[in-house]
Amino acid sequence: MSGRKLLMTFPVTPTSHLLAEVRQRGGYETLKRVLTSMTPEQVTKEVTASGILGHGGAAFPVGRKWSVIQLADGQPHYLCANADEGEPGTFKDRWILENSPHQLVESMAIAAYALQVRNAFVYIRGEFDLPYHRLQGAVDEAYEAGLLGERILGTDFSCDLVVYRGAGSYVCGEASALITSIEGKKGYPRNRPPRLTVRGLYQRPTVINNVESLSNIEIIVRMGAQEFRKLGTAKSPGTQLVSISGHVAKPGVYEVEYGTPLAKFIYEDCGGVLGGRKLKCIIPGGISTKVLTDADIATVTYDHKAMEAVGSQVGSGGMVVIAEGTCMVRLLQVMLRFYHHESCGQCTPCREGMGWLHRIIDRIVDGKGRPEDIDALVRISKANDGTTICGMGDAAGFATVGIIAKFRDEFEYYIANGRSKCGGVLEVDAPAASAPRETAHA
Amino acid sequence: MSTPVTSMRHLLPEFEKLKKRYPAGFESSLTLPCLRRIQKERGYVADEDIDWLTEYLSVPRIQIEEVLTFYTQYRRGPIGRWHLQACRNVSCSMRGAERMIDHLARRLGIQPGETTADGRFTLDHVECLGSCGTAPVVIVNETYHENMTVEKLDKLLGELK
Repeated sequence: MSGRKLLMTFPVTPTSHLLAEVRQRGGYETLKRVLTSMTPEQVTKEVTASGILGHGGAAFPVGRKWSVIQLADGQPHYLCANADEGEPGTFKDRWILENSPHQLVESMAIAAYALQVRNAFVYIRGEFDLPYHRLQGAVDEAYEAGLLGERILGTDFSCDLVVYRGAGSYVCGEASALITSIEGKKGYPRNRPPRLTVRGLYQRPTVINNVESLSNIEIIVRMGAQEFRKLGTAKSPGTQLVSISGHVAKPGVYEVEYGTPLAKFIYEDCGGVLGGRKLKCIIPGGISTKVLTDADIATVTYDHKAMEAVGSQVGSGGMVVIAEGTCMVRLLQVMLRFYHHESCGQCTPCREGMGWLHRIIDRIVDGKGRPEDIDALVRISKANDGTTICGMGDAAGFATVGIIAKFRDEFEYYIANGRSKCGGVLEVDAPAASAPRETAHA
Repeated sequence: MSTPVTSMRHLLPEFEKLKKRYPAGFESSLTLPCLRRIQKERGYVADEDIDWLTEYLSVPRIQIEEVLTFYTQYRRGPIGRWHLQACRNVSCSMRGAERMIDHLARRLGIQPGETTADGRFTLDHVECLGSCGTAPVVIVNETYHENMTVEKLDKLLGELK
């Protein structure tokens, strides 16, 4: 096992997500203690001292985000949990929503108290069915038990929690697009400044945190920042839920203490590559993070500083294992089709650039690539970087540049020969009867 | 102004209940949930629904039209009784999504985006559904069917009357 656990601490059963069992595990004791014996400032101080970084992908310190909120500014403040988990390869928040929804609800009530929030939201992606029903069920149970709504646990603190369902848009996972969506509009990201903590939902100060970040709040307050910091590394305290998929022997969600050797996690905990194959590379934290080869991960530990030192990121914790024999050109094609589909169209470099990248990669896969196409992919990717309102264009660029930097020979071979060096394979263990296809999929 | 006629009027008490958990004065936030609920009831969003919501939520008609065209889950017309949505993103592709989609298209005699002549099935391919560890995944109406194989697909199709 890869270190100590904070979230995956109980056996999952068909009823372990329900309030009665959560209470047997000590659920809502921390909320009670916070509401009866702590000031909002004390909670925020503890969260800041814990050093916890955002678990959604950007790794922004949670405490620093919270500290912007001025409790006495006379304005309403809002809190949103980002449950729009849509970064390909990422399905860790789903584990919390399905198996530990009360951990999120209790933590949000604590956060709402710290930030003096009357109306809180969970923005959950529209496709999530079981996660939505589990979370809405938990919210209903909490209202019923006086843990949400008017005068929570008989105190002066009141807070409503709405589970808001998205409707199929990747970009709404971006914080400003998320609140625009809650306002009932198409999900266009907004220009910053002003920061959302200054002017967010309904033009008021708003904190938006990832589901896993928020779910840690109750734990931090219960343990105290000092104890919490004993887990993980100095710069990356605590744990990360890692969702691992692709060509891996044991896919699923694992809780990994920061600082765990990455190779140990992949080869021991997750059983290594499917069918004992050789590892070609991994996507470490959602497809927008740069790929790492076997050599890259040999000695690296799983924490923000170490992952950045080898040129990538912890990202969203969405890890994809890619076996030897996989065609990286076709894999990039899948990614670029996705980014093109999900560009919201607001900013020209992304709206046009995603289309160009997609059409060029389709042309290469169709066997009609031109020698200059590889440089064009890199050039367009770099032109996107920093020229758009949100980070989606940048992310597509990171993925493209990362793959080409490590596997340029495959692109050159594809263009020179009009076919894949790896037989166009994505599914390495496909039944023999089905021939891999090399045509573009419109 | 006269209130638009709508066959969805029976949802009003539900919407009023929903409104109470939102901060007052921000009814526009109900646009997405109301559209979703109407679509669940009717199968799609009709012109008269837009007229009604424009009035009920006091939001500009263009805002509702924008929402309907921006988000992929809203529909403006009927589809098949069983809506099959197969993911074809990275992890699903690596575990056989392309074979699954080809198989579905062959079995049903339609391409993604189409509905069978008898109105029984609509096939779509979609992007990441957050089911990468249990890939490949196919959603039937709202339910996830994970770790799909050709055999499991055939069995499933037989059950969807």
